[in-house]
Amino acid sequence: MTESPVFTDAEAAKITRVEELAYELVIDQVMTKQLITLDPKETMHAALEKFRVNHISGAPVAKDRDLIGILSIEDLIKALRDGRVDRRVDEYMTTSVITVRNTDQVVEALKTFRQYQVGRLPVLDPSGNLVGMLTKGDISDGLLAALQQDYEAEEVIRYRASHLFEDITSDRTSLILRYNVKKDDFFHGGKASNHIKKALLRLGATPQIARQCGIAVYEAEMNLIIHTLHGGEIMVEIEPHKITMETSDDGPGIPDIGQAMQPGFSTATEEVRSKGFGAGMGLTNIRSCVNEMKLVSSEESGTNLLMVMHLPHQGHEGKANIT
Amino acid sequence: MKLADIITTVEGSLLTPCANPDTEILGGFSGDLMSDVLASIRPDSVLITGLSNPQVIRTALIADVRLIVFARGKQPSQDTIKLAADEKMPVAISKLGLYEIAARLSALGLPSFEMPLDRSFDTAL
Repeated sequence: MTESPVFTDAEAAKITRVEELAYELVIDQVMTKQLITLDPKETMHAALEKFRVNHISGAPVAKDRDLIGILSIEDLIKALRDGRVDRRVDEYMTTSVITVRNTDQVVEALKTFRQYQVGRLPVLDPSGNLVGMLTKGDISDGLLAALQQDYEAEEVIRYRASHLFEDITSDRTSLILRYNVKKDDFFHGGKASNHIKKALLRLGATPQIARQCGIAVYEAEMNLIIHTLHGGEIMVEIEPHKITMETSDDGPGIPDIGQAMQPGFSTATEEVRSKGFGAGMGLTNIRSCVNEMKLVSSEESGTNLLMVMHLPHQGHEGKANIT
Repeated sequence: MKLADIITTVEGSLLTPCANPDTEILGGFSGDLMSDVLASIRPDSVLITGLSNPQVIRTALIADVRLIVFARGKQPSQDTIKLAADEKMPVAISKLGLYEIAARLSALGLPSFEMPLDRSFDTAL
């Protein structure tokens, strides 16, 4: 069995999806299972024919499922050079065979290939039976197929989500998303907004609509983090004809809304500004991104910000205009 | 301009190896105030910034940025790089300053993607 890989943070940051897949996929998922094997008693000439017909450059030598050796094209060349193609395969084959387990991660096979400079590896199951062959080409194909699946999975999610409104009949269908935002949680600042943007895209919103909603709700999310007493909640209601986004908190409230709406007016601290926020442009940005904006605030009940984006009408009743 | 050409031009190095070097980048924007970025960057741009916290990544995601260049050798935290990698947002680091980076890219014909402030979103996006 393989040890679980240990990474430093610096290494972990450099891992690509392909590298991740090398750890996620096991050899069984990428190996060739249609085995072309050689019998040890076959002649080298028969082996040559098998290589030629099947377009292969090596094959395991086996009795039933017992691996006995491996024969490569180099072994065939040697037999040809000696003029001894009538001799048996077991005279020319390599008997000390490097193998891999079908239950091992693909990355183990990659290490083995690098270490031993071989072209193909017989694959054994945990009981030692020959179950497949593995080449570097099999690994590339397997990784590419898995990447393609990743891509298709996102497509399927998007397709299903964008048909959500069509599949459900009601007098008024809407989807509500809620997010809790903590005061001073700068590390996660913008996370909810990015989830909202992604959800809108999956639901079939145009990139422009998703972007404008994303910008508006991101500014509102940062306001919850920067200016509230305890944070607050983001609520997004998605309907076929409009997107309503609302943030609410329990204080301290905005003393002068007119002043707060002025571009450049800010009550943010130096610390907040050093993080790139608090430039006094948030509410201005929001207003320019959405069709409707309503800000209500009091010292008693906190602040409520309503943002509405109307979606272009498609003239097909019951159909989700968001798509 | 291709992502790889931008990185070469700014003498930068990629911190997220999953980036596609052939990504087309249509314009550039530089700034440290995330509200400014959100207010006036057009999509498919490179964001050149002196700020290197996770909000830069999230801002870039919201604003459809295609590449972030951290100027003046500002090394972002591992958290920031991990977030960028998870969200497939390419980030690079350059020792050059904001002005020098912008000047070099501009000289090669990469236009400014900073929108004027008095525009309405309906027309500009």
